[in-house]
Amino acid sequence: MIGLEHYLTVAAMLFVLSFVGIIINRKNLILLLMCIELMLLAVNTNFIAFSRFLGDDTGQVFVFFILTVAAAEAAIGLAILVVLFRNRRSIAVQELNTLKG
Amino acid sequence: MMLHSILFYVFAAIMFGAALGVILSRNPVHSVMFLVFTFFNAAILWLLAEAEFLAIVLVLVYVGAVMVLFLFVVMMLDVNVEAARRGLTRYAPLGIALALVMAIELINVIWLRSQGQDAITEFAVTPEGYSNTKALGSVLYTEHVYAFEIAAVILLLAIIAAITLTMRKRPGLKVQNIAKQVAVKAKDRVRVVKMDAEKRQ
Repeated sequence: MIGLEHYLTVAAMLFVLSFVGIIINRKNLILLLMCIELMLLAVNTNFIAFSRFLGDDTGQVFVFFILTVAAAEAAIGLAILVVLFRNRRSIAVQELNTLKG
Repeated sequence: MMLHSILFYVFAAIMFGAALGVILSRNPVHSVMFLVFTFFNAAILWLLAEAEFLAIVLVLVYVGAVMVLFLFVVMMLDVNVEAARRGLTRYAPLGIALALVMAIELINVIWLRSQGQDAITEFAVTPEGYSNTKALGSVLYTEHVYAFEIAAVILLLAIIAAITLTMRKRPGLKVQNIAKQVAVKAKDRVRVVKMDAEKRQ
């Protein structure tokens, strides 16, 4: 029988997978954004699992808001990416060192 | 119930395969396609958890809008794939080690709780005639109405920010000055010249 633990395990594995993606793809900004979307998906799965487990719909409302904010974040992030590419002709992360941070 | 478990495991396995495709494929366009597939499978898992509304919203909003935006940007930017992939194997051992530690910790925490008891903590059975959409709406528009309106403002902010960021003024562009066009009078444009007719030669 599928229960809370199964969903939490799936979400945890998805989160770890996207974490690996962020580490091994750290040169490509657009893949980093995609891995962040995957992480948000894992977190949302956790929210839904707990919402069903506790019988409280507030968790699903939270997923709704996370989806909204993630869509806004993706739109602004991609717009920044486009402007960056227009100015630098490249989106390689290692070349973004103007601030010497 | 047996079918439910089989469906869960099958779609979870497909989802992991697709997620691996996202982080490992050489071409960013393939990555986006795998991400779309991952979202589809996640939506099916959400459907199995009886979160129907959010599953449909995930497909409509994420696959329909956000992923198309990603695909558009990936195809518009001329990304040097080979240069981006260089150094992939250098960080792979570190990534796998960190991932293993993190996975063991997370899964340990999740399954430690059910060590004492045999049964898995199952989801509550929804009553007959339960509508997920109706239940969500009745909470969203009453208790969380302020958050809902803030979400609307955030979306508006995202639209304005994305447009103002990517809009550019190109120099040397020929544009109309609408105010000047509207304010013009007939006497500015037409000049009546009085002159004698030429004599025929």
